[in-house]
Amino acid sequence: MKARVYVTLKPSVFDPQGHVVAEALVTLGYADVKDVRQGKFFEVELDHADPATAKARVTEMADKLLANPVIESYRVEVLQ
Amino acid sequence: MKFSVVVFPGSNSDYDAFYAASRVVGEQAELVWHKDTDLKGADAVILPGGFAHGDYLRTGAIARFSPIMAAVKSFADRGGPVLGICNGFQVLLEAGLLPGAMVRNDRIKFVSKIVPVRVEQTDTPFTAACASKQVLHLPIAHGEGNYYAPPDQLAALEEHRQVIFRYTDPAGEVGADWNPNGSLNGIAGICNRQRNVVGLMPHPERASEAVLGSADGRVVLASVVQALAEGALRHA
Repeated sequence: MKARVYVTLKPSVFDPQGHVVAEALVTLGYADVKDVRQGKFFEVELDHADPATAKARVTEMADKLLANPVIESYRVEVLQ
Repeated sequence: MKFSVVVFPGSNSDYDAFYAASRVVGEQAELVWHKDTDLKGADAVILPGGFAHGDYLRTGAIARFSPIMAAVKSFADRGGPVLGICNGFQVLLEAGLLPGAMVRNDRIKFVSKIVPVRVEQTDTPFTAACASKQVLHLPIAHGEGNYYAPPDQLAALEEHRQVIFRYTDPAGEVGADWNPNGSLNGIAGICNRQRNVVGLMPHPERASEAVLGSADGRVVLASVVQALAEGALRHA
């Protein structure tokens, strides 16, 4: 079973990298770009058959290591 | 007294700290590998600058799991003086020994230059020999030194006088032009509530002799020597 974890800076934390990427896109001619937030993406392979257990385990992993709760928030998806 | 300098894979200021402690300040010093589990009789511990574990995931995030960190934590819990310099500061943040976190510098630039830093508080083991509001000229060399803490935590830091170093102009005045990385409140270094654990982004060990461009940093290590000699610190 696979799980995906999306980690992004919290809305209250300025994202310098996302800001520069947004500026670059505007320079490329994408004047409609308002903002970009850059994040991290993890694909975790697990030895679990039960999606609920997998989700609970990966959520725990995100809390303990994959995200820093001071500055980041995350979302966990379990793939069937 | 004896300094122990922790060496992580990817540390690069470990020998600078070792040299400053042993040759400049003139005390005993030993390098301790991150896989060791004891601090070799340290009276003070330094987590040096560099890119521990390649800064994978986040700066300091993997170093927190190095075996030596359990010993560092218990040393700190007993009141032992711990200094985190640059990447060492980032490790202390990830390990939860200091509050807050680092994000990328606001101008997305690795900044390497000598900057003025004002000593905010002198009642820590690493600033005991400083004059109040003394301005030190110290090198910084980092890409992620933009200090962040949520508003309530930031207010608590200021209220409990835990901001120990702040970026200022050479006269000691705070101003946005003198903040090199976007740190909230111009924070360059903080301590824990017990005041024995201090972290800062500037490198005092790289500014400990005039030939290096500044000898201002020497007072940071000299402070802990003085604090221990005066018996101001109690730890087992």
